[in-house]
Amino acid sequence: MLKDITLGQFFPGDSITHRLDARCKLIIVVLYIAALFTANGYISYALVIAVTALMIAVSHIPLKSLVRGLKPVMVIIIITAILNLFFTTGTPLVKLGPLTLTKEGVVRAVFMVLRITLLIMGTFLLTYTTSPMALTDGMEQLFNPLKKIKVPVHEMSMMMSMALRFIPTLIEETDKIMSAQKARGADFETGNIFQRAKALLPLLVPLFVSAFRRADELATAMESRCYHGGEGRTRMKQLVWAARDTIALLLFVVFLAAVIALRHFGL
Amino acid sequence: MTPIIRAEALQHTYSAGTPFEKVAIDQINLDIEPGQLVGIIGHTGSGKSTFIQHLNGLLKPTSGTVYFDGEDIHRSKEATRDVRFSVGLVFQYPEYQLFEETVYKDIAFGPKNMKLSEKEVDERVKEAAHFVGLSDDLMECSPLELSGGQKRRIAIAGVIAMRPKVLILDEPTAGLDPAGCRDILQNILDYKRETESTVLLVTHSMDDAARLADRLIVFHSGHIAFDGTPPEVFSHTLELLEIGLDVPQAARIAEALRERGVKLPESIYTADQLRDAVLDAWKGAGAC
Repeated sequence: MLKDITLGQFFPGDSITHRLDARCKLIIVVLYIAALFTANGYISYALVIAVTALMIAVSHIPLKSLVRGLKPVMVIIIITAILNLFFTTGTPLVKLGPLTLTKEGVVRAVFMVLRITLLIMGTFLLTYTTSPMALTDGMEQLFNPLKKIKVPVHEMSMMMSMALRFIPTLIEETDKIMSAQKARGADFETGNIFQRAKALLPLLVPLFVSAFRRADELATAMESRCYHGGEGRTRMKQLVWAARDTIALLLFVVFLAAVIALRHFGL
Repeated sequence: MTPIIRAEALQHTYSAGTPFEKVAIDQINLDIEPGQLVGIIGHTGSGKSTFIQHLNGLLKPTSGTVYFDGEDIHRSKEATRDVRFSVGLVFQYPEYQLFEETVYKDIAFGPKNMKLSEKEVDERVKEAAHFVGLSDDLMECSPLELSGGQKRRIAIAGVIAMRPKVLILDEPTAGLDPAGCRDILQNILDYKRETESTVLLVTHSMDDAARLADRLIVFHSGHIAFDGTPPEVFSHTLELLEIGLDVPQAARIAEALRERGVKLPESIYTADQLRDAVLDAWKGAGAC
């Protein structure tokens, strides 16, 4: 069941999307989100969907993996849909007791669900096609100007890359401890919410102990290799901005402009 | 006699249907007789860990069946849970699973999950602690403050306390000093002798396997490569080396001597056998 968590998982590959510069992809995601939230008509939504489909197609990421990534936020999507369905004022369609289903509500619910789904798919496409290293490097360089006002950009990106690096490790560890406790008859699956919370104790204590041990070991390993922060640090893999990055970026600028124009005309 | 554990056409595929799909074990057929000490050998990724997790129902086979005492362990949810008390599994580095405030409580976790009476739990905890050589004054300590070797004992005691009919240990001696290894193996042997239980021992040490096991099962890339008594298995010295496994030192020396033309009988795998064989060969040569 823990294997369903795909957050931040990188699918190695060699598609155009994989080869784009991480900085370029980060800016594109920002543009994409902006476009997504600007869209408010049928035509603009169709355009956003088309662009998303195109993005998925060129990335060679199987649609199935993207859909699986939606699982953890399913509850949020469903709640959003229900709230929008029943709490939008407009022309009533059906009356269900105190609740009224309106035509505007249906349209808005569909749009909101689409918006969240596309938002998650778009951002997952970024983490699926970009290695965590490249991603944090890209972020660090994009936020570099903030160093002038004493924002610890390097430290933050280092923490982020470590956190990303340890997600799979911790999942694996959790799986292992869970199996070991199950072998002693621990039951994580049945019982009411209190029993289940209590049943988690044999899992959480060893997990915390090992997380702290790991953190300690990592700190020692870094210090013994003379790590002392970002000052004067060079990279093994330099990010290279190529012509294709400029082209991709321009395409998305045009895309955003198109969506803004559509909104202006109310489409 | 019904085998205590039977695996029939057991197969397990990890991440089926994704690019990471991997067949870990493939068509395993195996009977394990009660009362034996079975050594399981194979290098990392050979499928042995996957295999043992099927025996107590932690992993569900993709296809095939596991029988415990003649009954399918997945016939019902309750049966699967109960089989975990009868087939005790000690994982690799089990010390990382300790969580209770005191050693006593940690060992009692398994028996308590079996819903035994206070008295029965107490009895079993003391018995298990005795088997692994933990003294009474340690019982109220926090398990997290003790040494690595002692933590390992506590974890093993936690499984033994369930009085499993089959005890499976995944490399119980990994990372311990030689004295610690010897002690733990001796504890396991004592336990087996006194309770007449079946023991499955996963190990990388060919010398331990040769010395302790009644039967050896060699895993190689998801299949059983060899299965038999230690003499039978170690008569395949060259094949074992070929699939990247080690053989006991005595077997390696015997093989090297054979290559140099010394006439030695087949299946030498302990130091004592080698000594006798070499002495015989020397006497034979001296007579000519």
